[in-house]
Amino acid sequence: MGRITLDKVTKAFGEVEVIPPLDLTIEDGEFVVFVGPSGCGKSTLLRLIAGLEDVTGGQIRIDGKDATAVPPAKRGLAMVFQSYALYPHMSVRKNIAFPLRMAGLDKAEQDRRVKNAADVLNLTDYLDRRPGQLSGGQRQRVAIGRAIVREPAAFLFDEPLSNLDAALRVGMRLEISELHERLKTTMIYVTHDQVEAMTMADKIVVLRAGHIEQVGSPLELYREPRNLFVAGFIGSPRMNLIDGEEARKRDAATIGVRPEHITPSPDTGTWKGRVGVAEHLGSDTFFHVHIDGRSEPVTVRAGGEVAMHHGDTIYLTPDEERIHRFDGKGLRIA
Amino acid sequence: MATQHSRSAARLMMAPAVILLLGWMLVPLLMTLYFSFKQYLPMRGDSFERGLEWVGFENYVRFIGSSSFWPSVQATLLIVGGVLVITVILGILLAILLDQPIWGQGIVRILVIAPFFVMPTVSALVWKNMMMDPVNGMLSYVWRFFGATPVSWLSDASVESIILIVSWQWLPFATLILLTAIQSLDSEQLEAAEMDGAPVLSRFFYIVLPHLGRAITIVILIQTIFLLSIFAEIFVTTGGSFGTRTLTYLIFQRVVDSQNIGLGSAGGVYAIILANIVAIFLMRIVGKNLDR
Repeated sequence: MGRITLDKVTKAFGEVEVIPPLDLTIEDGEFVVFVGPSGCGKSTLLRLIAGLEDVTGGQIRIDGKDATAVPPAKRGLAMVFQSYALYPHMSVRKNIAFPLRMAGLDKAEQDRRVKNAADVLNLTDYLDRRPGQLSGGQRQRVAIGRAIVREPAAFLFDEPLSNLDAALRVGMRLEISELHERLKTTMIYVTHDQVEAMTMADKIVVLRAGHIEQVGSPLELYREPRNLFVAGFIGSPRMNLIDGEEARKRDAATIGVRPEHITPSPDTGTWKGRVGVAEHLGSDTFFHVHIDGRSEPVTVRAGGEVAMHHGDTIYLTPDEERIHRFDGKGLRIA
Repeated sequence: MATQHSRSAARLMMAPAVILLLGWMLVPLLMTLYFSFKQYLPMRGDSFERGLEWVGFENYVRFIGSSSFWPSVQATLLIVGGVLVITVILGILLAILLDQPIWGQGIVRILVIAPFFVMPTVSALVWKNMMMDPVNGMLSYVWRFFGATPVSWLSDASVESIILIVSWQWLPFATLILLTAIQSLDSEQLEAAEMDGAPVLSRFFYIVLPHLGRAITIVILIQTIFLLSIFAEIFVTTGGSFGTRTLTYLIFQRVVDSQNIGLGSAGGVYAIILANIVAIFLMRIVGKNLDR
């Protein structure tokens, strides 16, 4: 079981309030991703749940029981750190067995659980090595192994993939998702990378300056961002945000159109512009189009092999059905 | 250093320093070796001009056969070992304390380091006259305050007193090195251990202490080198009596008090051998600890 409830939780460092009163419920078995720009309080929130920081006010309940004052070790949570935080002087086997040894399990049971974890994570051949002799991805797996042997109520991941290179990151992303499918344990995952959030989460929590901007499934956030911040944060490349005349025509202060919801054409369309930078990715091409009278370019997704180049004239037609409208306060107009 | 030319130029440029260093070390070593095979008693009229008598290994046999040789080796090891144990253990505890965020941290740290800047002679005199004096010393007041008879430290507990004085001098060094090591410990490791259910003491023994291993070996290595040759502290306080005659002090007495340069030189060679045995042991430990 791993149902975690935050009830009006606040956190202040001295005079600075980093988390204003915040309510959140994480259901058992959910994969929840906290996402937001750096400094938005997502790691602090995770550390509050872990018990590594004391809350200033409010209550944290784990499976209905008040855990606000419970020390980290007694909360039944396991954490994977950004730096992996492996113990450098212990072998992989001892690293993974450490929480079991601290819990006073007998040797046979320790060995059995370490062996299981090593099988799951493909670490069997590395059990007698030191962390210093492993690659980044392997160290990451050891850190995960150390977390799963405890059979915790929930896993906490603090930006676990940010130290890996791009290819490994994609691989580890899949492995963590698979692990979640297999274990069905609650996982809370902190990242600043919206791609990780979109691909892994059952539920995304978008944070800004300690506030929850929106909670929802990846597609809910994609289809119906509640405000300008979420609209700009979720989706890659970013949504085009256009204000002024075009927005007024549609009764909004700002309108947002995703690059994939604009149809480019060489001869006819709503907006006329000039192609700036063209990013050819093979499967897709992203054009940065300069529209007359607008300082920021509009990003447009086109097919992979569209014959348009820098300086060409281009016409854009947004999909009116999929234009997001926002009012003067940046909130979505339904 | 890529080309033949630049390599020979580099050798040429380094030569003066290398020659100076070699001379600095080799000349005294060779002279010690030379004297140790000679009979050289200046008070009896021996001198270079008249030529020194070759006596073979007689000085070596006499030095080691003297009744004060083994006690002096014992005293040396006792003092070095005692100081090492005290400075390392207290150094770790102090380093952990100083690592805590406290008000006035900068000043406290400077105060902790201060004893290291006091000259050995001065600190030994201060300890002897202000702290350990059985009549006027601070410690005697403390003893009397509790109704006990003051201890005459330097005669009744002489070796312990020397260990205390030298430890006081070297504790700052150990603390400083260990403090920097503690500060380099990744705090996420401690947090991970906390999440893994390790209580404070387990965190210390499983995480902090292994992390300090390297720093501890460096402290032991450097201190041993210097502690084997402590002299001023003994000279100023007990003058080598009451079982505080170390190997270094014995050599000093042979050369200066007994005016027997040959015998003293033989002792010097023994000291070199002892220091090297210790060094080999230490290098093996350090090498094992540094190879990580």
